[in-house]
Amino acid sequence: MVNLLQVKNGYWVKVVNVAGGVGMERRLAQLGFLPGNKIRVIRSAPFHGPLLLDVEGREIVLGRGVARSVMVEYL
Amino acid sequence: MRFALIGQPNCGKSTLFNQVAGYKAETGNFAGTTVTFTETKVRVLGDVVELVDLPGTYTLLGTNPAERVVLDYLVDKPVDAIINVIDATHLVQGLTLTLELMELGRPLVLVINMMDEAKRQGLKLDGEKLESLLGIPVMPMIATRGQGIREAFTRTWHIAQEKRIPTPKVYSEEIEKSVISLKEELEKDNYPVSRRAIVVKLLEGDPVLTEQVSRKIPHVLEHIQKELDVLCHQSSRQAVWLIASERQRLAREMARKVSSQQQTQLTLRDRLDDYLLHPFWGYVFLLAILGLFFYVVYGFGKMLEEPLLNFFNHLDMLILNALHANGFIAQVVSGAVQGISGGLAIVLPYLVPFLVGLGFLEDIGYLTRIAFMMDSLMHRMGLHGKAIVPFILGYGCNVPAIMSTRIMEDKRDRFLSAALSTMVPCAARLAVVFGLVAFYVGPWAALGIYFYNLLIIAITGRIITIFLPEDSPGLILEMPVYRWPTVKTITAKAWFRIREFIFEAWPILIIGSVVLAIMNYFSVTRYLDALLQPFNWLLGLPREVGTPLIFGIFRKELSLIMLAQAFGTTNYAAIMTPQQMVVFTVFVVFYVPCLATIISIRNELGAKAMWAISALTVVVATFAALLVRLGFLLF
Repeated sequence: MVNLLQVKNGYWVKVVNVAGGVGMERRLAQLGFLPGNKIRVIRSAPFHGPLLLDVEGREIVLGRGVARSVMVEYL
Repeated sequence: MRFALIGQPNCGKSTLFNQVAGYKAETGNFAGTTVTFTETKVRVLGDVVELVDLPGTYTLLGTNPAERVVLDYLVDKPVDAIINVIDATHLVQGLTLTLELMELGRPLVLVINMMDEAKRQGLKLDGEKLESLLGIPVMPMIATRGQGIREAFTRTWHIAQEKRIPTPKVYSEEIEKSVISLKEELEKDNYPVSRRAIVVKLLEGDPVLTEQVSRKIPHVLEHIQKELDVLCHQSSRQAVWLIASERQRLAREMARKVSSQQQTQLTLRDRLDDYLLHPFWGYVFLLAILGLFFYVVYGFGKMLEEPLLNFFNHLDMLILNALHANGFIAQVVSGAVQGISGGLAIVLPYLVPFLVGLGFLEDIGYLTRIAFMMDSLMHRMGLHGKAIVPFILGYGCNVPAIMSTRIMEDKRDRFLSAALSTMVPCAARLAVVFGLVAFYVGPWAALGIYFYNLLIIAITGRIITIFLPEDSPGLILEMPVYRWPTVKTITAKAWFRIREFIFEAWPILIIGSVVLAIMNYFSVTRYLDALLQPFNWLLGLPREVGTPLIFGIFRKELSLIMLAQAFGTTNYAAIMTPQQMVVFTVFVVFYVPCLATIISIRNELGAKAMWAISALTVVVATFAALLVRLGFLLF
């Protein structure tokens, strides 16, 4: 299990859980970060910028702090 | 009757609303354009129906104030029917909200918008099948072209008349058990939405509803906790996740049954992000796009300002000569002419191209891309990429900028982005920057002021962050697809904002100019000027700028228009040196936001924040302007 920041661009992963406060879990659940859902890291912005992800067909931007709290495993 | 438009962010609710209401609600291709509700009256089958456009929300469990509006509105006001708008290309995500809305116990119509985009992506949807699966009317729509709107409203009218309540979908057994058990508790009481909806929200842990219900039924908290424990024990997952997963499972199942994907080819639009978000070229494009924007605004404005100013100066001379130049009437008429000419010759030539350009950038979907690329820079001033939205809106007007801070989840983030975005030079200050500095000193000086402004904002943010450390999780944002805006929406949107200047601001400019003329005539301005003398001395400005600066608090353009009044000429070059113009403009850009902005800060963040931000801007303005003056003295 790794966090989203450790995933290389272009790889598919599966959400395991979200570590963070209740508020964050809820917010991310709304956007499709539910256990078992598939995510692909499309690209990351330079200068330690955020990640652009493909979450169930929708493009979502996550800042690095948030991405760190999403635990995933490789498919 | 009252219909409510509900849907996820950026699914086209406001576009649909504007199609029937005329341009009343702000639209833009990014999540969170609508932060509060807008109402209008529409005629459906001879009936007058109240239609309300609510902010986009992913679920009814709002986590920021903008999303909160939706549930609060539904609980407060009787809605006869809900029109649920979803994006055809994101069917699964859209349907999860539909499932939630079906629980509310209100008549519901599902509108599948953006059918053209779905077709482009090779997505085929079977609306009739979806209708039979959900048990509610399903209507296809292309809101941007006005297709399917009449049909959807007629259908909604019918189900509202029939009071057709949808049957909620059944969740897994363990959730249903908890729902039934908790529902018993609420039996005796009256609720504006169905009890099932309330119970589900309680299980999902909605803090506001939990508080409200527990006030009425104190022991309910224990019961909720018991059910949550049972659920958590059975599935080793929290109830929020369990319910969300259930909705997703149901939505996915339905989407699979009603949609089929055909092969498509990637077009340039799908590959555009490879260039526009490229680690190197992305920034080159960003600079080029913003540079072009600046250049077009400047070029267009200058082309018009020159002849218009000449015309009005000439007119002013004629009037002064015709009447007694120093007489009361002549002064008042001349004041009015200067107010009119200020709006027409100095403000509008820059405002029009600017608002058209901003509307285009908003609608095409580029703003969120800027947020993506600027996130790391924004962190340096203690914010994250989402704060770019109030910043960019701030270039149009600070009032919507302040309101848009509602899309931020964290209170501290809202305060900081409000404080910083009031320093973003809005269109009114753009008029001062372009009309004075770009016109008399040169375009590079104007561009310099914009960069200097960003630098000062960044430093201010950095300093505030020392006192209010960043603790928010950071950026969470949906990236919209590129959409080619229609000429109609762009012009309607620009007109919506220009109209505000013409009918609200311009009269104030003219009145302000006349008032100043009268005050000048009776030598009242001397005392006001004396009040600001310390500032002027510090910044090396002529003493006459005092009164215009005070009046600039009402409308920022006033500080320029009244300057002409104060000096008795619109040829600013004759009365101020280029250095003074730059120092003056820098001060105008930063000091106290206009009255409308101050009021919206109070509405959004409270009186304390209002005073704090106003005081902050005066300090920052003085330092920033002083720094420029010292720079000129040294070099």
